[in-house]
Amino acid sequence: MSPSRDRGGSGGPDGARRSPGPYYQTGTFAVGGRLLDEGERAVQADEGRANAITKGHRACQGCGEALGARYALDAAMRATGGRLIAANATGCLEVFTTPYPESSWQLPWIHSLFANAPAVATGVAAALRAKGRSDVRVVGQGGDGGTVDIGLACLSGMFERGDDVLYICYDNQGYMNTGVQRSAATPPAARTATTEPLGEHPGNAFGQGKSAPLIAMAHEIPYVATATVADLRDLEAKVTRAMGLHGPRYVHVLVPCPLGWGSAPAETILIARLATESGLFPVFEALDGRIVGVSTIRRRVPVEEYLRRQRRFAHLFEGDGRPDVVAHLQALADRNIERFRLIAADDGTGDARASGGADARADADIDLLDALAAGERGP
Amino acid sequence: MRSQLEGSQAVARTVARCRPQVVSAYPITPQTHIVEAISRLVRTGELEGCEFVNVESEFAACSVAIGASAAGARTYTATASQGLLFMAEALFNASGLGLPIVMTVANRALGAPINIWNDHSDAMAMRDCGWVQLYAGDNQEAVDLHVQAYRLAETLSVPVMVCMDGFVLTHALEPITLPDQDEVDAFLPAFEPRQVLDPDEPVTIGAMVGPEAFTEVRYLSHARQLEALDLIPQVAIEFAQSFGRASGGLLTPYRSEDAETIVLALGSVIGTIADVVDELRDGGASIGAVALKSFRPSPLSELALALGGAKRVIVLERALAAGIGGIVTADVLRALGRADVEVHTVIAGLGGRAITRASLRGMLERAFGGELGELEFLDLNTGVAERELARQREGRRPGPHAEGILRDLGIVAAGPA
Repeated sequence: MSPSRDRGGSGGPDGARRSPGPYYQTGTFAVGGRLLDEGERAVQADEGRANAITKGHRACQGCGEALGARYALDAAMRATGGRLIAANATGCLEVFTTPYPESSWQLPWIHSLFANAPAVATGVAAALRAKGRSDVRVVGQGGDGGTVDIGLACLSGMFERGDDVLYICYDNQGYMNTGVQRSAATPPAARTATTEPLGEHPGNAFGQGKSAPLIAMAHEIPYVATATVADLRDLEAKVTRAMGLHGPRYVHVLVPCPLGWGSAPAETILIARLATESGLFPVFEALDGRIVGVSTIRRRVPVEEYLRRQRRFAHLFEGDGRPDVVAHLQALADRNIERFRLIAADDGTGDARASGGADARADADIDLLDALAAGERGP
Repeated sequence: MRSQLEGSQAVARTVARCRPQVVSAYPITPQTHIVEAISRLVRTGELEGCEFVNVESEFAACSVAIGASAAGARTYTATASQGLLFMAEALFNASGLGLPIVMTVANRALGAPINIWNDHSDAMAMRDCGWVQLYAGDNQEAVDLHVQAYRLAETLSVPVMVCMDGFVLTHALEPITLPDQDEVDAFLPAFEPRQVLDPDEPVTIGAMVGPEAFTEVRYLSHARQLEALDLIPQVAIEFAQSFGRASGGLLTPYRSEDAETIVLALGSVIGTIADVVDELRDGGASIGAVALKSFRPSPLSELALALGGAKRVIVLERALAAGIGGIVTADVLRALGRADVEVHTVIAGLGGRAITRASLRGMLERAFGGELGELEFLDLNTGVAERELARQREGRRPGPHAEGILRDLGIVAAGPA
């Protein structure tokens, strides 16, 4: 397929643009659809949503991946008018949605192997191009294992060729489907079945792992974004924006896993929120390899508040605890905050919306994104 | 029109006339010429409506073909050797999904030691992956088999490998008649997929199947291969009617009807074997040959019929199953199913070693004299092998055995010292 990097977008549908108004219900972590005008409400708030993953699937209680995939795919379905094909890697999402003869998928969907979802998506896109079917779009998806580890070569190939595929990684930071083993997306110190809290350096090692979003950006693809299930409105907006562009696009969604993280099913969204509010998981958007927008931290929390809610970090707080390890994790969060400018420079409280500082910049960048999605050329 | 063509170029042009819509490929010697030529045909516009995807690995090549085929496109790829093994997981997947991908395998050895030359180790290693495996005897047949392969694949919704000897065929210039575009169009109807990813009728392809139905799904893979046993000869007959020449089929006997000794082989070596059969027949020997064209599915009853009258069957194999010896031999024994035939396995031509008429004659004369063992290696230098085994037994870190053997032979760099 010819590189499509220099092709203009086909135009983003209405609703991609986020209202600059207040989303957050005071004193809670929830993003309230009810506070918005009807036209600005979430795709999920629409009774006519695609229900791309419909009821009856076998996901665990509180599964972040089921939630993230539902919002992401319904947004993509709305953006494409339901003309969407999905290629799925092996993993939780594949297993819990498709125990034959039942299937939760209400869009054409293929699962081939663990490592090849991006290449299968490329094949689907190539077939559509050969048939002149420009109306149908393609999404590839997988977990962090299928994306950052075993599938990285196929993902990188899909990126560099400029194939017209949106790839979504649902990152639950480990191989949860096989019993919670370490992946290259597992955070330092986390307990997994292959990084047990034993010895002098309990849990997953520091200094390892990789950032798939930054790797994606290094390919200078049109669109890279991170998101979490804590801000589903943001996830919808990013997927919608991605579908307004052509060429390879990558969205990396943090999806807490109650089973693997040892967290309460009812706290999935809260934990995702704490991952971003602590700075451990930066939420940003990049165009052509350049970061153009970040979600600033609204109420900064120490990493301990995030860690204590997950049994995978319990060894850091038992007995005398491991304040040295917690401090190391805090340093990583601090580095993210500095590196991605997650807190407005002119505002020590971190309440960017109150100050209007960094957030105003982010809004300007989002206007740029929307302009690009609508087919206008960027600077 | 008959013209002097390189095997790879002829295959590329023929594949183009089959009008594939998606071609994905990763370079590997000696398949490279084929995909280079196809990419050129796509660029020049000679092959219209085709997407050529340069991928990062053979695993991706087969995976792109899987996605494209599932989206309803006629799909092609080609590989050889390590590339075929790097595809292994996707090969089983494509057949399990029932996707009619056609692939050329330019047969070549597998490392270690690394070796780029011809034998059948690659395709034989993928014996059980659920793809039909057809073996070409010469470049004309290689060309013709690709046209037949698409017909077969799309009729049965099963993937097909066309195996042609690397270098021996892919790089050989021969007079070849390319099938005309209109002839191919008449022979190959447009691809109508049995299953397709289509937003108008969403299907879930490739979901999990548990023990309650896995056996049945796997059985279907076998059943499709059995259907191919009927369809392969039928397609070959129709091909002969349309194109005016015989190619393909399950197997081809050569002067074997009344022969006491029959040599069975796959691929291009059959030409050399036929010459030796002629020479020995001139000397009064009762000998013939059988070229096996379809290795998977295995034509057991046709083999029984073709070999049934012989007293001695010699299976010449260009691959080795370490620990047992022959691979094709197992099928032959199964087909014969009786004890009153001598069956010998001769492993020959590994890693590009030439199979000469003289070597074949020597081996056959030993067979006539009752001296041929059950398993033999043609032209094996037993002295060198034994000395290396002795060095390895000495246990003083003798080093890589491939190096030891070459030093023993006195071969330095590219030639004898």
